[in-house]
Amino acid sequence: GWRAEGRLQSPAQVHSLSLRLLYLYFHGKDNFWFFSFMQGSKLEVPLWLAKGLHDSKRRIISVELPKIYKEAWRTVFSADANVVDLHKMGPYYYGFGSQLLNFDNPENPEIAQTILQTFISRFRRIMDSSQNAYNEDTSALVARLDELERALFRAGQKGLNDFQCWEKGQASQITASSLVQNYGKRKFTDVDC
Amino acid sequence: MRTLYDRNQADVSEAKSGRTDLIFLIRFRHCCLLRNQRCILAYLYDRLLRIRALRWEYGSVLPNTIQFHMSAEEVEWFSRYKKSLATYMRSVGGEEGLDLTQDIKPPKSLYIEVRCLRDYGEFEIDDGTTILLKKNSQHFLPRWKCEQLIRQGVLEHILS
Repeated sequence: GWRAEGRLQSPAQVHSLSLRLLYLYFHGKDNFWFFSFMQGSKLEVPLWLAKGLHDSKRRIISVELPKIYKEAWRTVFSADANVVDLHKMGPYYYGFGSQLLNFDNPENPEIAQTILQTFISRFRRIMDSSQNAYNEDTSALVARLDELERALFRAGQKGLNDFQCWEKGQASQITASSLVQNYGKRKFTDVDC
Repeated sequence: MRTLYDRNQADVSEAKSGRTDLIFLIRFRHCCLLRNQRCILAYLYDRLLRIRALRWEYGSVLPNTIQFHMSAEEVEWFSRYKKSLATYMRSVGGEEGLDLTQDIKPPKSLYIEVRCLRDYGEFEIDDGTTILLKKNSQHFLPRWKCEQLIRQGVLEHILS
């Protein structure tokens, strides 16, 4: 299916404009179905498709912003970005927001500014918590983070764990490759060294 | 992907001869093709990165179970990467070259205590003596000899 692969961004809303008919072929199993869309109809499409069909003259589609990037939510972010559950609000807030800037929306400068300020407000807490949570359950700390923030958190944790390992004198210990540890469950019957 | 491409080719010639309403359909299919291509490339590239990591983490000979899952091109790539790395390692560190895949963690001593995690068999060390590596046996061995076996999960490095 055409929505299946990889990480799915939250869909952009799309209007089809200035066309009498837009034929879209949807691939389903072994058949191709086609739908025709009248001018002005609204659909949800994946981001990559919206990007591909978009051009500055808006001959095919115009893109509507998902609500989290609109003015109402932007105000919430500027009030206190730390309270927002960015995982629930589509887990790729920063990445997807950056991609949204491709659609020549007049609100782009405000959107960009909000995304940046949000990151700046939240970053400190992420850095501090990732550096102080050693050997504990961190699920509460990461629950409301988007994927970019979670990656940062993991990097912070890795640094912390490596440092602790060094402090304990374990930094010189040779360890098995992660491949071996993962495949340990299956039979690793041949050792052909 | 081939189906998308072929249909697009057919429609391109139609579009050229006047059916401009097909242009958007062609564009749509093209977007799908590019998307599929990106996904495939991302997947293949990720595999290559893992295969490369294997050379460093595991060693220069991959177990059959891994090779079984690699495509012919990937096996070829691994072999060329190995050669490239070997050439580079020979060129640094003076006459004998320098094995960069050793001592990845800074060593604290020349000899280390290891425990055998599974039956491996006989193992010869530099002074000619052979040691029998049986499951759960412990030995005091030169670090440089054991490093690879530890990484491969045969031995376990014990800290005193």
